[in-house]
Amino acid sequence: MSTTASTKPRAPLTARALSKRFGARVALRELSFELAPGERVGIVGPNGAGKTTLLSILAGVLAPDHGDLIGSGRRAGWVPQQPSLYSKLSVAENLRLFARLERLAEPDAAVERMLEQTGLRDRANDEVGRLSGGNRQRVNIAIGLLAEPPVLLLDEPTAALDPSQRERLWEFISSLGDDGTTVVFSTHDVSEVERHAHRVMLLAEGELLFSGTPGELERAVADGSAPGAGRSADLESALLRFLKLHGH
Amino acid sequence: MRWLLIKDLQILRRSPLLVALLIVYPVAISLLIGFALSSPPGKPKVAFYDQVPRGQGIVRLGSQRLNVGGYASDLLSSIQPIRVRSLAAATADVRGGRALAALVIPADLPAQIQGLIQEGVGSPTVQLYLNTSDPIEREFVDQAITARVTQVEQAVSKQVLRVAVDDLQEVLNGGRVQILDQSVSLLGLRNARTIVSGTLRSLPAGSPLRPALRRVIDFADLAIEGLGFASPVLGSIGSPLTVQRFELAGRTTPTATYAAAIAVVVSLMFVAMLLAAGMLAVERSENAYPRLARGLVSTPALLAEKTLLAGGLAAVTALLMAAGVSAFVHLDWGRLELWALALGFGGLAFGALGTALGALAREVSAASLMAFGVSLPIAFMALVPASAVSATLASVLDAVAFAFPFRAALQAASSAFSGGPPALVPALAHLAALSLVFGALATLAMRRFAKR
Ligand SMILES: Nc1ncnc2c1ncn2[C@@H]1O[C@H](COP(=O)(O)OP(=O)(O)OP(=O)(O)O)[C@@H](O)[C@H]1O
Ligand SMILES: [Mg+2]
Repeated sequence: MSTTASTKPRAPLTARALSKRFGARVALRELSFELAPGERVGIVGPNGAGKTTLLSILAGVLAPDHGDLIGSGRRAGWVPQQPSLYSKLSVAENLRLFARLERLAEPDAAVERMLEQTGLRDRANDEVGRLSGGNRQRVNIAIGLLAEPPVLLLDEPTAALDPSQRERLWEFISSLGDDGTTVVFSTHDVSEVERHAHRVMLLAEGELLFSGTPGELERAVADGSAPGAGRSADLESALLRFLKLHGH
Repeated sequence: MRWLLIKDLQILRRSPLLVALLIVYPVAISLLIGFALSSPPGKPKVAFYDQVPRGQGIVRLGSQRLNVGGYASDLLSSIQPIRVRSLAAATADVRGGRALAALVIPADLPAQIQGLIQEGVGSPTVQLYLNTSDPIEREFVDQAITARVTQVEQAVSKQVLRVAVDDLQEVLNGGRVQILDQSVSLLGLRNARTIVSGTLRSLPAGSPLRPALRRVIDFADLAIEGLGFASPVLGSIGSPLTVQRFELAGRTTPTATYAAAIAVVVSLMFVAMLLAAGMLAVERSENAYPRLARGLVSTPALLAEKTLLAGGLAAVTALLMAAGVSAFVHLDWGRLELWALALGFGGLAFGALGTALGALAREVSAASLMAFGVSLPIAFMALVPASAVSATLASVLDAVAFAFPFRAALQAASSAFSGGPPALVPALAHLAALSLVFGALATLAMRRFAKR
């Protein structure tokens, strides 16, 4: 990776009181946080909690109704939950198209790098529409990584991947973090947060219920004063108890 | 934008069935519409210059009168006459493409017919000026008029024959004839013979008058017998009318060119609108739009790309179709670059309209259906003749036709194909303005398109 931590701003992304509603439904309620360079943040929360909405706002795809967003936006790499690819084009053609649209200095080199990274070199000339769901997702992720962005936003990136591909992706994402790239991802797999995130953000019904390290979340549940509070065996049950404590 | 354009062409190349359908279907429909509007050919427009003064078209045949003017109006029933007052005006109409031919009736036509019938001299002639630039139309008009002239000739011959036979019967059998408004009793050959042979019988055997009367009776017998055969022979009075043909190199007449232009523009419209609406909607159905909208491609650039793609491909399809149609209808190949210009501008205007529909419909199937559903009424509203509807409805249709690209594209195409009116430049300007208007509307509609 050619990018280095020194070229990146101190706080690549700051959110202040972000709110978003769809008609009467409140999707995000006054979210405020700051991300540090090289930080990996895992967003968890039930279906409909607002994870995709938040990542879309951070990516500049969706505008918030209220609040401010400093940094990120269009410069962030974005991997949407639904693969965003042309199914009639081959893997390499999709990568090359977006490399050119991103106006990369060396689009062909970027394509080669991503074919290598996703392990799809032998499928490079296959139409994306004929790939398995997991392989399609690998191309989708690769497009988000093409420009080597300072902030990477991934919406459930591993949902369709097999265990070895997940492992491969996390290795790659970890190496990015070492280079100073800030990574924000959402997931329903709490063990991924436990292993790969520096910080966990727990969303429920558009509210940021918790923001801190996985260990801090477990301690918060253990110290909770509500009835049923007590020490949990793992992060997943800690999460569930935390949600229950807060009426979700 | 260049990369998006290449991407869309790749997608289309890999969807051969879709593209085939997209091109074959409109071409088939438009050919049907073109043919429906052009055939049956109907009455050809013919400039008609009648030099015979009013009331002078009477030919006297023995005791009867023949109205040549009546036959002239028969002749007109098979054409759509454009009455003109001079030979110059008649030929100018042909040269300018307003009429397929010019038919000229000389002032002395009744006199010539009269002379031919009475004295066997004279050559009644009508003049037909034909447009040589379109062989099919030329043939069509020539046949229509020649067939009519033959009918008129037969009618005149029959009339002449009937008059002649009537007169002959009177010569043979006697009767009353009208001469100078006086009824005169005619003896008749048979009666004369009866009288003479009665006289012969009453004469004494040695009378010197006998041989002379005998000779009169013999002559009468011979004449009765001979004239009895004469009637059918009279029927062979051949063709009293001659059609003198002149060839004029005029402009191609609008009818055929217009039908060809309609067919080509209907194709242009379908291909451009379906492609623009469909390919824009593909960006959304492939989930690619949010990614593109993150600063990779601006909304105007995206719309311009779809408009160019659809307009360009539609123009190429329409050009190929025009080349194919030109095997049957005369289109001026010398103006090929003007064809391309007219179809290119038309394609862009239809493409811009298609993107507006695609942005509203958002999904590929809905977009195609919408583009299809909107095109047909647009075409038909522009084609309804003003004379077929009430004045109010006509002005409403006129306004609608002005607001959509079909009529302007049709004007541009038919002008490019033939070089005739209407003028090309105003039609192109109209199309350019409509492209901008629909481009702006599409930009507004993209707000709906962008919503998740
Ligand atoms: N375009 C939209 N129109 C209306 N409501 C929407 C729209 N997009 C999201 N929502 C609503 O906003 C809320 C948050 O949705 P979001 O997709 O952000 O949830 P999520 O946390 O990503 O869920 P999941 O885990 O299922 O992906 C939901 O209640 C959803 O119904
Ligand atoms: Mg989601």
